Amino acid sequence: MTGTSITRRRAAQLGAGLVGAPALLRLSPARAADDVIRVGYVNALTGPLAGFGEADGFILEQVRKILGDGIQSGGKKWKVEIIAKDSQSNPNRAAEVAQELILSNKVDLLLATSAPETVNPVADQAEANETPCVTTNCPWQPYFFGRNGDPAKGFKYTYHYFWGLEDVIAAYLAMWDGVPTNKIVAGLFPNDADGNAWGDPKLGLPPAFDKAGYKIVDPGRYQVMSNDFTAQIAAYKKAGCEIVVGNMIPPDFATFWGQCAQQGFKPKIVTIGKALLFPSVIDSLGARGAGLSSEVWWTPSHPYKSGLSGQSCKQLCDAYTAATKRPWTQPLGYVHSLFEIAIDVLKRAKDVKSSASVLEAIASTDYKSVVGPVKWTGQPVKNVTKTPLVAGQWRKAANGFDLVIAENKTAPEIPLGGKLEPLA
Amino acid sequence: MEWANSILQGVLTGGLYALFAAGLSLIFGVMRLVNIAHGDLIVLAAYLALVVTQTLGVDPLTSLALVAPGMALIGYGLQRFLLNHTLGDDLLPPLLVTFGLSVIVQNGLLEVFTADSRRLQAGGLETAAWPVMPGLSVGALPALQFAVAVAVVGGLQLLFYKTAIGRAFRAVSDDAETAELVGLDNRHVFALAMALSLAIVAIAGVFLAVRANFDPSIGPARLIFGFEAVIIGGLGNLWGTLAGGIILGVAQAVGAKIDPGWQLLAGHIAFLAVLAFRPEGLFPRVRH
Repeated sequence: MTGTSITRRRAAQLGAGLVGAPALLRLSPARAADDVIRVGYVNALTGPLAGFGEADGFILEQVRKILGDGIQSGGKKWKVEIIAKDSQSNPNRAAEVAQELILSNKVDLLLATSAPETVNPVADQAEANETPCVTTNCPWQPYFFGRNGDPAKGFKYTYHYFWGLEDVIAAYLAMWDGVPTNKIVAGLFPNDADGNAWGDPKLGLPPAFDKAGYKIVDPGRYQVMSNDFTAQIAAYKKAGCEIVVGNMIPPDFATFWGQCAQQGFKPKIVTIGKALLFPSVIDSLGARGAGLSSEVWWTPSHPYKSGLSGQSCKQLCDAYTAATKRPWTQPLGYVHSLFEIAIDVLKRAKDVKSSASVLEAIASTDYKSVVGPVKWTGQPVKNVTKTPLVAGQWRKAANGFDLVIAENKTAPEIPLGGKLEPLA
Repeated sequence: MEWANSILQGVLTGGLYALFAAGLSLIFGVMRLVNIAHGDLIVLAAYLALVVTQTLGVDPLTSLALVAPGMALIGYGLQRFLLNHTLGDDLLPPLLVTFGLSVIVQNGLLEVFTADSRRLQAGGLETAAWPVMPGLSVGALPALQFAVAVAVVGGLQLLFYKTAIGRAFRAVSDDAETAELVGLDNRHVFALAMALSLAIVAIAGVFLAVRANFDPSIGPARLIFGFEAVIIGGLGNLWGTLAGGIILGVAQAVGAKIDPGWQLLAGHIAFLAVLAFRPEGLFPRVRH
């Protein structure tokens, strides 16, 4: 050791200080803690799922501003403290921060969004530690069955709202209906949670497509981050596929779509889940991004309004773009709605410090959010309710691309933007 | 014909793997450094190219004129001021430091460029193709990528055996201490090797970015093929690395033809088979 060496006495002082600090810290805010509601929030801000958390900073700022110095609940004024944690796109980390929020921060309500990788471990921790929890941004089957949910019993402390695979199927089929094709569909499913669920020969897309008169050509599950799709493209060309359907991540889709051009495979319709959600991805595909289609959870043209900020979908997107200079994204609406519902629940709870009372408030939710109405009625299963899903097509616009809603049979209140146009 | 096409595409994909691997092979050969951050540095190069193409309005391949020297500078500094301090008898410190570097690069990129999935546009290059015969067509981009991989490996080979700096590389690789005794400054030679490695990383990064989308977290997944190509080909042998990349690409193509689920598995099996039967790789470094 050279230079500023730490003496034994100094080390002892430091140690004593460190040991004593938590006690001191605990003392001072103890009085104030009585009238603070703590809300824990877990999302992926870093790692492969970071795209889902991109709008979080903006949303949290907006929500905190609206909350101001507090809300009225149970005849009393409460301060609301939102504690946000990053799951790093890692299920283990998500469980760890959820535990921290429950045990150290003592949150009264836990929220989580973005894919089974974040939502499931957080909900599991909440269930185990008897903390009320609301989640979204994850199709309900992986949420419910991925956590070994029993439809007859459901869960006690954890509630979820989003759409399911059956809605994707209905939306895709309704969208394709208007375009004359030979009804031979190329299936492109990766070997991951989503891909296996979508491609499942019993519960996935194939049996439903069969029933609707489409023939699906499925060469098998590919590994995520594949560099070569020649084998699949050859199989599709041989079968004469005119439609491509799948669930992919953006890099895999870009590799596939580039190779399609190189190998002369020209389908009429390309509808891909997950990869084509974000405008930035479509921009990155250049001219070949136009005409691709995808499921649509939420757009600026959805006819809903935030009950928290009063903003319409369009106004929320515009505020986001104005604040961050970035195009809107679909998770923006869902993350905003999660806080709408949380605040509605906290306002209605008879005693926000009692988990039973918060739980009761969640179960009796009947709320009109920016992503549509949310009310848990026991359908499709206990603890899960569904929000509307439609399908749409990316079209070239003055600057960049517009997502045009090309099918609204599944949710007629959402205005149609046009019909699906076959790819040139 | 379908098989022929699959294998041909596999060979071309092998060129990409060889590009990923050449830089790794080079620095392992010269200073026994295993760079865990290699994949993240490829992504860093892709982002640099993105910035250059957007600010100057040039196409991605032209941007290499700036990105390659830029990455080389980063490489020199990295080796000289950080990694040289970790080199020694123990293989672990450089592994740990480059692992840390990988985390830093990923999160730094996330902070600056957000998690958006990005891509470089190269005019019509991504989609252009030559139909050789019915059922057999060669994409312009994979072909160019393969040609560049061959040129890079050939160029490195020339540099190693025909130039003074190549002689220095070989000297410190054979016996670093003796090389110092005869007047070579190892720290400088190592730093030059890393600079060269990152210049190749820049080329790999630009091709990766033109081919498919990239985001800050994508590096490690791309790295594994580079490592496998190096091991299959034999440590320290540059032509072997190219062969390793091609073997990996073809094994994957054949696997995918049987069942897409076997694509990566077939590559890994080829890699494990080489490790099991020829742990030194197919073409281990020849002694000079």
